[in-house]
Amino acid sequence: MDKTRRASRNLGLILFIVALSALVQILNPSFLTAENIADLTKNTAILAILALGMMLVIITRGIDLSIGATLALSGMIAAQTVSAWKDTHPLVAIALAIAIGLLCGAAVGGLVSKGKVLPIIASLGLMNVFRGITFLVSGGKWVSANQMPASFKAIASSGFLGINTLIWIAVVIFIAGWWFVNWNRTGRQIYAVGSNPDSAQVSGINNNKILLLVYTIMGGLSGLAGVLWVSKFASAQGDTAMGFELSVIAACVLGGVSIAGGTGTISGILLGALLLGILNNALPLVNVSPFWQTFIQGTIILVAVLINALVKRRGIRATMQKRNI
Amino acid sequence: MSEIPRSEFVLELKGIRKSFPGVHALQDVHFQLRPGQIHALMGENGAGKSTFIKIITGVYQPEEGEILLEGKPVKIATPREAQRLGIAAIYQHVTCYPDLSVTENIFMGHEATSKVSRSIQWKKMHAEAKALLLELGSPLDPHTEMGTLSVAQQQIVEIAKALSTKARIIIMDEPTAALTKRESEELYRITEKLRDSGVSIIFISHRFEDMERLASQVTVFRDSRYIGSWPVAEIATEDLIIAMVGREITHLFPKKKADIGAELLRVDNLGKTGLFGGISFTLAQGEILGLTGLIGAGRSEVCQSLFGILPADTGEIRVRGKLVNIRHPWDAIRLGIGYLPEDRQKQGLVLSWQIGHNISLPMIDEFSGTWWLDDVKEGDLVKELAESVKVKAGGISALANTLSGGNQQKVIVAKLLGTKPKVIILDEPTKGVDVGAKAAIHEIMGELACQGFGIIMISSEMPEVLGMSDRIAVMREGRLVTVLDRAEATQEKILEAAMASTVAASGVQNG
Amino acid sequence: MEATRPFSVQRFFFQWEWMLVLLFVLVNVVNSFLSPYYLSPVGLRDVTMTFLDKAFIVLPMVFIIILGDIDISVASIVALSSVMMAIAFNAGLPMPLAIVLSLVVGTVCGAINGWLITRFKELSAVIVTLATMIIFRGIAYILLENQSSGHFPSWFTFLGWGYVFEVPFMLILFVIFAVLFAWVLHKTAFGRRVYAMGSNQTAARFSGIKVDRIRMLVFTATGFMSGVTALFLTSRMGSTRPNVATGYELEVITMVVLGGISTSGGKGRIIGAVLAVFLLGYLRYGLGLINVPAQILLIIIGLLLVIAVMMPNVLSRKKLP
Repeated sequence: MDKTRRASRNLGLILFIVALSALVQILNPSFLTAENIADLTKNTAILAILALGMMLVIITRGIDLSIGATLALSGMIAAQTVSAWKDTHPLVAIALAIAIGLLCGAAVGGLVSKGKVLPIIASLGLMNVFRGITFLVSGGKWVSANQMPASFKAIASSGFLGINTLIWIAVVIFIAGWWFVNWNRTGRQIYAVGSNPDSAQVSGINNNKILLLVYTIMGGLSGLAGVLWVSKFASAQGDTAMGFELSVIAACVLGGVSIAGGTGTISGILLGALLLGILNNALPLVNVSPFWQTFIQGTIILVAVLINALVKRRGIRATMQKRNI
Repeated sequence: MSEIPRSEFVLELKGIRKSFPGVHALQDVHFQLRPGQIHALMGENGAGKSTFIKIITGVYQPEEGEILLEGKPVKIATPREAQRLGIAAIYQHVTCYPDLSVTENIFMGHEATSKVSRSIQWKKMHAEAKALLLELGSPLDPHTEMGTLSVAQQQIVEIAKALSTKARIIIMDEPTAALTKRESEELYRITEKLRDSGVSIIFISHRFEDMERLASQVTVFRDSRYIGSWPVAEIATEDLIIAMVGREITHLFPKKKADIGAELLRVDNLGKTGLFGGISFTLAQGEILGLTGLIGAGRSEVCQSLFGILPADTGEIRVRGKLVNIRHPWDAIRLGIGYLPEDRQKQGLVLSWQIGHNISLPMIDEFSGTWWLDDVKEGDLVKELAESVKVKAGGISALANTLSGGNQQKVIVAKLLGTKPKVIILDEPTKGVDVGAKAAIHEIMGELACQGFGIIMISSEMPEVLGMSDRIAVMREGRLVTVLDRAEATQEKILEAAMASTVAASGVQNG
Repeated sequence: MEATRPFSVQRFFFQWEWMLVLLFVLVNVVNSFLSPYYLSPVGLRDVTMTFLDKAFIVLPMVFIIILGDIDISVASIVALSSVMMAIAFNAGLPMPLAIVLSLVVGTVCGAINGWLITRFKELSAVIVTLATMIIFRGIAYILLENQSSGHFPSWFTFLGWGYVFEVPFMLILFVIFAVLFAWVLHKTAFGRRVYAMGSNQTAARFSGIKVDRIRMLVFTATGFMSGVTALFLTSRMGSTRPNVATGYELEVITMVVLGGISTSGGKGRIIGAVLAVFLLGYLRYGLGLINVPAQILLIIIGLLLVIAVMMPNVLSRKKLP
C-alpha cells in the first residue's frame, strides 16, 4: 500500500477507535478505568501476537485455521508440565510451549509448501489433529488454577515498571516483528512471494522455504500465546481458544492485510487487534449480549474484504480510463 | 586480460538454431552488437524475436551456434547467469512486485545490508534508487508503490533495476508499444542517455519512428531467419519493409470465389474503455473480412466484445439488421456468432477431455433426452462434425491433449460449427500449426464462405491476410485505421497503416 | 471414427472407487474380528443413522469441489437452519411449516454465498465462506444464546429414527438424493458443464456456459442440502443448540476428498464420495465398539484429509522427469 494511503487508513482506524471509546465511555463510565484498560490491553496482547503471525501467512496468500488448536495443545502441555513438576521455571514452560507450537506450525507449513495442499485444507485438517491430541494428552480433564504453581500464574499477573508482563512480551515481539518485516531480507522476501510468486522464483527466492517459514513462525507464536493464555486464565482445557483463529483473521483483515497477498503492515494489525480488543471488551459493558460477538466479527471480515475489493476495482477502472484510445 | 585483443562486438551470436516440437523457432541466426550502440531488431510478429531474446537472457538454450560476450564464448544457462554477465531485459509488460516500493523492485535479490546487524540499509538503497532514477532523468520518488505507477514509469524503474545490476547490455522488448507519444519521447531520451554512458542496447520495436529516432544499426528477422543488418542511415523505410515482408505472395491460399450476399453484421462506433473505441464495420454473407494490425492493437478485444466475453460499453451491434445486446457468449452463440479463440489450450479446449465432449460442449442442450444425455445422438453428430473438418485422431474418444496443434485447431473448428453460426470469428486460426493443417484450415474457410457464412479472420500473418480476405481492416492502438479492398491491398500498405510510419500518411481514415 | 471408447478391463479395475471398496471391506473385516457384536445386521443397518445426517451435504459438496471451489460455511448453515426451525416452532409455527422454514433458511444462506462469490470475483470462495461461516453461526448464537430449544412433536423423530419396511428412512432418502445428484452430475447437460468449468473455467466461458449461474445454483443447492441435514440432525438429537454440527465442514470435505474428488477441480464421481461416507461411518462405528475415544477419530479424520489431498500431488510430481 502507498505510504499516504496507508497513513490515511491507519488514521481512519485511530479515529474510529477514539470515537468508539468515547461512545462506550459515555454509555458506561467504567470503560476508561485503569482496571478495565489493564484488562483490555492484556487480552489484546495475545490477539496482537497471533495477528502478527497470521499477517505473515496471509501476505503469502495463505490462511491458517489451526492456530487455536495449536494454542490449546501447547498451553495444555505446558500447564501439565508445571503442575507435575511444580518447580519448573516459567521460562522452561514458555520454551516448551513455543517448541510444540513450532512443530505444529512446521507441519502445516510442510503440507502447504512441500505437499502443495491448499492452506485452508491443510490447516483445517491439522486443526482437528491438534485438537484431538490436546484431548488425548489431557484425558479430557482440565488443568485448573490450584494445580498450577504460583510462579507459572505469575507470568500473566506480574509486571515490570507497572506494566503487565503480557504487554511487555507483545511489545518485544512487535519490535522484533517490525524489524523482521521491514529491515530483514528474508522478511521482505515474504512480501515478494505474496506479491508475485513467479517473479520471486525468478529473483532466486525459494518460495517453499518462505512458506514453511511463515507457518512455522505462526506456530511458534501460537505456542507462546498458548502458555500466556493458560497462565492468564489459570486453566487449560481441551477447547481452549476454540474459534480464536477467526478473531485473529478479523484483526488482520481489519488492519488492512489484503487476503490477495502482498500487503500488510505492523502498525495496521496493531490497530486492527486493538479495535477488535476494544470491541470485545466493550460489548458487555454497553449491555450488548456476548453472543453478538461472533456475528460482529464475521461481519467485520466480510465488510472489510468487500470494501478492499471495491476499492481495488475503482483503481483498475481509473487506470483503464487513463489510457486514451 | 589486457593482452587479449578486445572484440569489437560486446555481444555476438553466430549460427543460432532453436526448435520446438514441429516448429523451427530460429534457424542460423546471427547478431552483432557494438559497445555503446542502439541496435534495432525488427520483424513481423512471429519472426523469432522473442525466442532470440529468451536465448540471450538464458531462458532457452540454443541447439546450435555460439554466443560470444566481448569475444569470449559463454554459456548462458539461467536468467540469473545472464544477470551476472551483465545482460538485462525490459519487457512491454513489466513483471514486478506491484505491492512493493520502487526501491525494493530495483534491489530485490541484491539488497544492501549492513555487515553488523544484517539490517537492510533502506537509507542507502533509497538514495541509490533516487540517484539511479535521477541519472535516467526521472523525478520518481523511490518510496512510491510500484503498482500505482504508469506502464512508462514502471519501465523506467525496470531500466534503473538493470543499471543497479551493472548491466552492460540491455534488451528492450517493444517498450514503446504501450506508451503515449510523450512517454515514448521520454523513453527515447533515457535510452540515448544509457547509450552515452556506454551501455549497449537491443531495441525491439514495430515502430519505424523508434528505429529512425534511436538506432544506428538495424537487423531484420523474418520467418525465424536472419535476413540482414544495415546502418540505419543507409536503408530506406521502403526497403526495410520489403526486407521484413520479403516473400512474394504465392498461390498458397486458395481463396474460392464466393458470392457476397446480404449484410450479416453491422457494427457502429463500438467501444470499451481503455481497450478500443470508435469501431465501425460491416460483414456480408460469403465475405471474409481480414482484421490485422500489431499485437496489442485491440483486434482480439473487439472480436471478444462481439462474442460477449468483453461486453462493449458504447456503440451498436446489428445482426441481420436487428439491433442486439450481447452481454455473454451465450447470447452471441444464440445470435449465430461463433468465435474461435486465439489461445487453443486455455480458451478453446478442455485438454483433459475426449475430443467428442469438447465438440459437443457449446450445444450440449441439444442432446438432453427426457432423462439423460443421449450418448448415441451426441456421438453421431460429433463424429459427423469431426469428419467434416477432417480431424486426424484415434476416434472421438481420443483425449484432446494427445492431438497435434493443427488437429486441436480442427477440433475447435468442429466445435464452432456445431453451434451453427452465421458469423464466424477466427482469431489467429493458423498460428502455430504445421503447413498441412494450415492449408486444410484455409480450405475449410473458403468452403464456409461459399456456403454463405460471414467470416472475420484476425491474423498477423501478411500472406494469409492478403490471400484469404475479401476486405482487410487494419487496427492500430485501439482504433480501426483503414479498411482496404482486396484489389487495392498490398503488404506495404497494410504494414504502413499498422505501424503508422510517416509514409502511410495518405489514405488513412479514422474509424 | 469410433464413437465410443472400448471397454477396458484394466481401466475398469484401476479406479479409486475399488480402492475405497477394498478399504470398506477391510474395515468391516477388522471390525468384526475386534468386536463380536459388530457383525449384526441390525447393528450395521442402524448405525447408518448415526452418520448419514452430514452425508446429505457431501453430495452438493462434490459439485463445489469439482468446480474447484470450497464451502466451509456448511456447518454454520446447518446450525442456523436448525435453530430457526426450533425457534419458529416454539413461537407457534406448525411443525411442517417450520421444516419448510429450515430448508428455506439453508437455501437462502447458500444463495448468499453464491451471490457474493459470483458478484465479487476477486474474492475466493475460501474467504467468502469463512466470513459467512462466522456470520451464520453468529446469528444462531444471537437467536438462541447458549440455550437449547426443542420439544418437537413426536412424529418429527421419525425423520432421524424411523423405518420404512425395516429400512431407516434416512438411508432411503439419502439413496434417493445420491441417485438424484449422481444423475445430475453424470447424466445431464448441467453436470457436463460443471466438469467443464472445473477443468477449464475459461474454455467453459468461451463455450457459452453461464458460469456464474451454475456456480450460484451449486452453492444454493449446498445451502438447501445443509437445511436437509439440519432436519435429520435435529430430529436425531430431539433439540438444538447454536453450536450443533461443529466440525461438520471438515468431515464433509474429508469424505469428498477421500472419495477421489480432486481439490484442483474437474475430477471425481458421486459414487466415490458415497463410498467414503460409508467407509468413514463404519470406521467410526467399529472404533466406538472397541472403545476408542472420539478424539482419536478426530485425529484420524484430519490426517485422512491431508493425506488424501497430498497423495495425488506427491505422486504426480514423482512421475515427472
